[in-house]
Amino acid sequence: MEIPYAVKPRPDTGLYNAKVGIWLFLASEVMLFGAFFSTYILLRVQAPHGFWPEVALGWPHGLLNIPIGTFNTAVLITSSVTVVMAWIALKQNEFARFRKFMAITIACALGFLVIKTFEYKEKFGHYVIQLADGSRITGHLDVQGKSPLFWTKKNLEDAKLESLKVLEDIPNKFRFPVGHAIPEDVHKAHAEGHHHKDREIPVSDIVSLKAFIPSTHPFFAIYFTMTFLHGLHVLGGALVLFYFGFIGTRLWKTNPEQFTNRVEVGGLFWHFVDLVWIFLFPVVYLL
Amino acid sequence: MSDSKHATAPGGTGHHHSHHDYDFAAHKKVYWAVGAALLVGTVITVLAREWEFSSVALTIAVALFIATVKAFLVCAYFMHLLSERKAIYLVMATTLAFAIGMVALILFSDKDPIPGTLPKTVYVP
Amino acid sequence: MQTAITHPGAGSVHAGAHAHDHHEPSFLTKYVFSTDHKIIGIQYGLTSLLFLFFGFMLMLAMRQQLAYPGKPIPVVGGLLNKVLGPDMAADGVMQADLYNAFGAMHGTIMVFLAIVPLAFGAFGNYVTPLQIGAPDMAFPRLNMASYHFFFWGGVVMLASFFVPGGAAKSGWTSYSPLATVADLNNYIDGQTLWLIGMVLLITSSLLGAVNFIATIIQLRAKGMTWMRLPFFVWAQFVTGFLLLLAFPPLEAAGLLQLSDNILGTSFFLPTGLVYNSQPLDVSGGGSPLLWQHLFWFLAHPEVYVLILPAMGIVAEVIANNTRKPLWGYRSLVYAVLAIGFLAFIVWAHHMYMTGMGTKIATFFQTTTMMISIPSVIILTALFISLWGGSIRFNTPMLFALSFLPMFGIGGLTGLPLGLNAADIYLHDSYYVIGHFHYVVAPGTIFGLFAGVYFWYPKITGRMMNEFWGRVHWIISLVAMNLIFAPMFIQGIRGMSRRMYDGGATYFAEGVGADPGVLWLNKFITHGAMLLALGQIPFIINFFWSIRNGRKVTSDNPWQATTLDWQTPTPPPHGNFAETPVVYRGPYEYSVPGAKQDFTPQSQPN
Repeated sequence: MEIPYAVKPRPDTGLYNAKVGIWLFLASEVMLFGAFFSTYILLRVQAPHGFWPEVALGWPHGLLNIPIGTFNTAVLITSSVTVVMAWIALKQNEFARFRKFMAITIACALGFLVIKTFEYKEKFGHYVIQLADGSRITGHLDVQGKSPLFWTKKNLEDAKLESLKVLEDIPNKFRFPVGHAIPEDVHKAHAEGHHHKDREIPVSDIVSLKAFIPSTHPFFAIYFTMTFLHGLHVLGGALVLFYFGFIGTRLWKTNPEQFTNRVEVGGLFWHFVDLVWIFLFPVVYLL
Repeated sequence: MSDSKHATAPGGTGHHHSHHDYDFAAHKKVYWAVGAALLVGTVITVLAREWEFSSVALTIAVALFIATVKAFLVCAYFMHLLSERKAIYLVMATTLAFAIGMVALILFSDKDPIPGTLPKTVYVP
Repeated sequence: MQTAITHPGAGSVHAGAHAHDHHEPSFLTKYVFSTDHKIIGIQYGLTSLLFLFFGFMLMLAMRQQLAYPGKPIPVVGGLLNKVLGPDMAADGVMQADLYNAFGAMHGTIMVFLAIVPLAFGAFGNYVTPLQIGAPDMAFPRLNMASYHFFFWGGVVMLASFFVPGGAAKSGWTSYSPLATVADLNNYIDGQTLWLIGMVLLITSSLLGAVNFIATIIQLRAKGMTWMRLPFFVWAQFVTGFLLLLAFPPLEAAGLLQLSDNILGTSFFLPTGLVYNSQPLDVSGGGSPLLWQHLFWFLAHPEVYVLILPAMGIVAEVIANNTRKPLWGYRSLVYAVLAIGFLAFIVWAHHMYMTGMGTKIATFFQTTTMMISIPSVIILTALFISLWGGSIRFNTPMLFALSFLPMFGIGGLTGLPLGLNAADIYLHDSYYVIGHFHYVVAPGTIFGLFAGVYFWYPKITGRMMNEFWGRVHWIISLVAMNLIFAPMFIQGIRGMSRRMYDGGATYFAEGVGADPGVLWLNKFITHGAMLLALGQIPFIINFFWSIRNGRKVTSDNPWQATTLDWQTPTPPPHGNFAETPVVYRGPYEYSVPGAKQDFTPQSQPN
């Protein structure tokens, strides 16, 4: 029993089944990420005015590394180009070329994820510290030359530290939301390349210590959730493309048209993943 | 599903797409061009941060405008939406309308609230 | 049930196409991991009926508590105490937590594990490819995956009863912050499992929706134009879109609430929340209203998912048993499309009490009033379809006929709830419970019962017993009204929903509403027991008739026009001996000059 129009398009719709299926699936993904974007917007719009961390729930800015994010965006865009080049190579019957472009696509995907991992790791070692005088600072820790992750006050006590070396963040110009005037001294500090100042804080002065993890602030919650979910889609897409490019390739010999269709459908999913990032990057990194 | 009924030799394709004289070279040029445009668009978005706009609304509008242009390029050319069938357009256009409607209605639902009904947030320092 | 299925590939059809199908598929391949839409439809059907039964049992236990608060639950009280512990059922008496858990799970199970899988998964899967003349669904393996996501999602939901703290107890609506603080002690608590179960169920529905829509677009037989589709298929088509586009925001919200519960985030937790006199150790800054928006964005279209397939079934049964075409086919199609569109922009009528501004509340009130129009159009068309008909009062038709006024009551009682001003009084009262149960219980479920009796002969080759079918019908009809009509009165007199003592506290001297309606709790519970009794003949009939029902003498015992009845009984793998060609519309009954009083769609002249 053969399902009609699995490979050849149906005349009146001009589409083959999998193409209809993938576009429908992408429609549902638009709604999924749309819900996350509305979460982001709502949380941000209702956040109190003022700078974080002075204002406990003010919306933070400038915490994400823009050059790295930009590079990651370029990586993903490149992979979008290469996946469509892979498909067109199939249409031109150039299997080796197809394989080459698939390999680059997958490499880009993995590169994206590796860079993301480093970004995450940096966040997990970045802290907001509440001091006894009521103020809050942010910065990385230096404990015997290492930058520990996920520490809390308890870790300080367990490590029997008397004082804690903190590389305190100096407000840089990126922490001011777009549209805000930036004070002169911040411009100066940024131009001179000062990003943090070293500080030794007695542990007794520290009320609490929390890494930049989802439970620390709604910004981190939505940032990690959206980028993690997007990352899962990158991983899933990469696995499917890897399967098409390197494992399930026998179909190319027996039914090249169906194989090409599969690659096209996989490519459509991949472009959607890129699309989400095209919106996600400016929204969380830049705005 | 994998029994090949048509006697095409392995690799024999090129007969099923809607345009019969498929100009591969031209299409490939377009893909590279779009890719370049996307990279340029990315750089512009990042640089746009340096410009100081008069209002928050304008800033957001500019950022989203650039992102929408990039998204359009991806949809139109990489995803072939420009040459795709009406059925697909209809589905995606409706979806987009619902997605935007969802975001807009959620956001507007707490504008002009009935006085005294939204919870007062108490900041616990 | 399994004995009536022909072995795929056995003999008659597709000698050529089955050239490589030499070996008999194993039991696992044939019945557990089947990719045949008919088997999958049966899998969905049996599983969802089991869940329907389980959800019904939960309700019976709750009604016991409401009628006889503080008394041990008969029969199962001791068992509940032994299995769930004294926190839930000390001495067999339903404690508040257990009532809330049963309440939340009754709603969840009925909506997501019983009705939708039965209406969409079972009937949709079995009938749709047959009615459009297709050999199967567009994506058979995806179909199998959908069923398994549903099944394991159900297992997770059932497992949630047995974890420390018990099942989710914050309503099927799972509002934050209660859903997060209800069980602060455990990570893997009932609420967490509820959320995981929901993610699995949502995935199942999304994959199913993709399959249905693609199938209806791509696999219609030659000559099966859009306006020749049976209304049942149109209903399933729109239902597919509702599921496809409305479920993802709830999936998102579910993941966010899971994060709140497990990772300690504050997506939905407001700042300054104090619980048990302790400030909660979370960042705050979240929005409980966001959960409500995302939840109801799905949950409102979900109610149309509940009703549309049933309307589709009723339409088929009415056309067939009046021996005339449906009145207003075009209106029905445009109305169902309008419902599909409007369904997405009415959701905040569930949130009138959240302090929304008057402009936005008016917007939602307007769209809500607008959506009643296509619903009325559909109901009116079905009513008018009866006029001048040669009505056959068999069991499916009795259920289909009674669907009409029952859904009418349900729909009309929804109008005050859709109006902002009236809803301020009626919100969260028993009036709401009366309203939605009328649409789903004597509404949808009657449509589904009609479908069971109607398609049973096609699936099994035997008729269900007609006498006991009528007994099932009349008892169910009377009992449903005895149960749900008094709830309108209770609601209007101020009785609040979700109160485990039946509202006795609420009605206490000097506190609140008129206690004169308290006695109705007993009345309603007795109605529920009558309803339970009425299902016994159905259950026995259902299983008994598999082997002992009257065998059909033709493939088309109801003399129906649609393609599902122009197949062997039961349809083999691949459904049709030859690919059907469609020559006419779906309801060519009593065509003047025709030899018989029905002309099948595939008949050329």
